[in-house]
Amino acid sequence: MIGIDDPYVLFAYFGTIAVAIISVLYGLIRRNAALDVLTEEDRHWAMDEREAEDGL
Amino acid sequence: MTEASSVGWIDIVVILAYLLTTAYLGWLGYRGTRSAADFLVGGRSAHPIIMAVSYGATFISTAAIVGFGGVAGLFGMSLLWLTFLNIAVGIFIAFVFFGEPTRRLGHHLGAHTFPELLGLRYQSRGIQIFAGALVFLFMPLYSAAVMTGGSIFAATQFGIDFEVALLIFAVITAAYVIPGGLKAVMYTDTFQGFVMVLAMIFLLVFTYSSLGGITEAHRYLTDMADMVPAPLKEMGHQGWTAMPAFGWGAKSYDLWWIVISSIILGVGIGVLAQPQLIVRFMTVRSRRELDRAVPIGAVFIMLMTGTPFLVGSLSNAWMAQNGPILHGKLVQELNADKGHALVELMRETESGGWEPIISPKIQAPAKAPLVVTERSSGTDANGQPFQLIAGRSTAVTYVKGDADKIIPTFISSALPHWFGVVFLLALMAAAMSTISSQFHTIGTAAGRDLYERITQKGESHEPNLLVMRLAIVLGLMIAVTISYTVRQEYVIARFTAIFFGLCAASFLPAYIGGLFFRRVTRAGAMASMVVGAGTSLFWLLLVKAKEASAIGLVQILTGGKSSILEDYPNWPSVDPIVVALPAALLTLILVSAVTRPPSAEHLRRCFPERSS
Repeated sequence: MIGIDDPYVLFAYFGTIAVAIISVLYGLIRRNAALDVLTEEDRHWAMDEREAEDGL
Repeated sequence: MTEASSVGWIDIVVILAYLLTTAYLGWLGYRGTRSAADFLVGGRSAHPIIMAVSYGATFISTAAIVGFGGVAGLFGMSLLWLTFLNIAVGIFIAFVFFGEPTRRLGHHLGAHTFPELLGLRYQSRGIQIFAGALVFLFMPLYSAAVMTGGSIFAATQFGIDFEVALLIFAVITAAYVIPGGLKAVMYTDTFQGFVMVLAMIFLLVFTYSSLGGITEAHRYLTDMADMVPAPLKEMGHQGWTAMPAFGWGAKSYDLWWIVISSIILGVGIGVLAQPQLIVRFMTVRSRRELDRAVPIGAVFIMLMTGTPFLVGSLSNAWMAQNGPILHGKLVQELNADKGHALVELMRETESGGWEPIISPKIQAPAKAPLVVTERSSGTDANGQPFQLIAGRSTAVTYVKGDADKIIPTFISSALPHWFGVVFLLALMAAAMSTISSQFHTIGTAAGRDLYERITQKGESHEPNLLVMRLAIVLGLMIAVTISYTVRQEYVIARFTAIFFGLCAASFLPAYIGGLFFRRVTRAGAMASMVVGAGTSLFWLLLVKAKEASAIGLVQILTGGKSSILEDYPNWPSVDPIVVALPAALLTLILVSAVTRPPSAEHLRRCFPERSS
C-alpha cells in the first residue's frame, strides 16, 4: 500500500495521520466544554504576583 | 558534494527582515516584562494559538529537523514512530492529561519553574536543588545539539566553515536570550512557528511531486533496499521503508534497539518531563485554552517532525535519480534488472586514467551502491583496462555517512535557491525558539532553583537576575564548546536523546506522582530522582557503547572495551531509559510505601478541588 510494504511502517504512517485527526476532533468537540474562569486560587496567585511586582 | 552558495543581496534583505521582525517582537515582550515573576511565566493569558505554536516551536528545533531528519535519511521511515509518539504523547497526553493538573498545581503553590514545582509539591528544598542542578548541568547538551544542527545547515547553505557558522549562531543567541524573557519568547515563537509551517508544507509537496507522487516515491525507495550500505545491513537495516530487524542476542538486531529504545522511546516519552515545556502549562489561563490548543499543536508537530522524517528518507531516492554522477569499478551486481551495482569509487586523474578514492575512515578504497546510468571502459593507474561504471547513489553516500548533513545537502541540492534562504530562516526560527527557552530554563534553574534555595533566599519573589544572566552566559559557553569539540555520528539526535532520556528517568515518576498520587512521599520522590539520574549516568558512562566510548571512562576501567557489557550482544545499544525509568518508578513506589505520607493540610493546599 502506497509503496510501503512493511506493515509496522505503514501503521506509523497512517497512525500519525490518525492521531492528528483525533486531536483535531478532540479540540473541536471540547472547544467550549471546559470552564474558562479564574478560580479563587488563581486570583490569589495573581495577587501575590502583583504584590511582588509592586515590591519593585 | 554541494556547490558553496554565495550570499546575494536578496538573501541579506530576507534575513535582515526576519531578524528585525524577531527583534521587534522580542522588544515588545521585553518592554512588557515588569517583574522577574512576569519574566518567568510570560504573562498568564496566552491565546490557544500562541500557546500551541509556541509550545510546538519550543519542542521542535534544528535537532528534530536536521538531526532526526538526517537519522531518518540514514535509518529510514521507522522514525515515523517518533512522529506518532510526538503527537500522541507530546501533544495529546501532555495537554489533555498533564496540562491542567500542572497549571493548577503551579498556581496553587506559586511555582514558576519545574524544579520549584517539584520542590514545593514535595516540600523539599533538596528536590528543587537536585532538579535545578540536573537541568543546569545537562541542558547545555541539548542546546549544543540545536546549535550544531543550525550551524551545519548555515555552513552548507552559504559555503562557510562550520566554526564560523557556530560563532554567528552563538552571538545571535546571546543577543536574543540574555536580555529577554519568556514573554518575548512566546511572541517570537508564534511568528517563527508560522514561518516553519509554510516552509515544511512546501518541502513536503516539492519532495513528493519531484519523485512522481506519494506512492511512486515510496515504491522507488522500497526498491532501493539492496542499496543499504553494508555496515548498516549488518546492524539490521532492511531498507528505508522497513523497520530494522527485531530480535535479541545478535549484532544484527543492534539497529532496532538503537532506533526504538534511544531515538523513538527516549525522545517520545522524555518530552513529558521537559522542564522548558512543562512551565508552558502554567502560562495558560484555563483548561479550555488547553483543549483548544490540542488540534493546532497536533497538526503543527505532524508537519514539523513528519516532514523531515519523510523527506530525510526520500532524499535517498531523490539523490539516486538526480544526484551528481559518480564513477567506479564493479565489485558486485546488486540487482541487474534495476541496474543497481556496488562499485569501488574512482576519480579521473589528469592523465586520463582512473584511481580509487580512498576512504579516510577505513583507509581503503571507498565502496558505494550505484543506480547505473552508463557502462564504458577505462584504464586504471597501471594502464589496465576495466569496465567503468557511472551512476548515482544514495544521500547517505553523498554525505559520506554523516547523517547530520543529509537534510542540509538535500535542501541545497534539490530545492530552488530562494527556498534555501527561506528554509534557513525556518530552521533559524526553530533553533532560536527552542534554544531561547532552553537558556531561560538554564537561567531560572541557576537563579531561582539553585542560588535562591542554597542561599536561603526563598522568601523573596525576585530571583537574582544577575545570577540568571551569568548562568545563561555560562550555559551558552558550555554549549558552544560541546558543539565545537564533539562531531560524531548523528550527534544531534544522540545529544537530544540523552537529555530527553535523562529527564524522563529523573523527573517523570516524581512529576506524575506529584500531579496524581497523594501517597507519594518526599523521600520516595527524592529517591526516585536519584535512582533515575544515577542509573542513566551509569549506563551512559559504562554500558551504552557509543556514549561510553566517547567519554572514555569505560576503556580505562576495562582495558579498552567500549562497554562493560561488550561481550553481551545488543546490551551496548540499549538506551538508559529502558533500565533507568522502570528503576526510578519502582523506587518511587517502594520508598513511598514505607515512608511517612505528606500531611493532609499540605495535600489540601496542593489539591483543594479534590478536598471539597
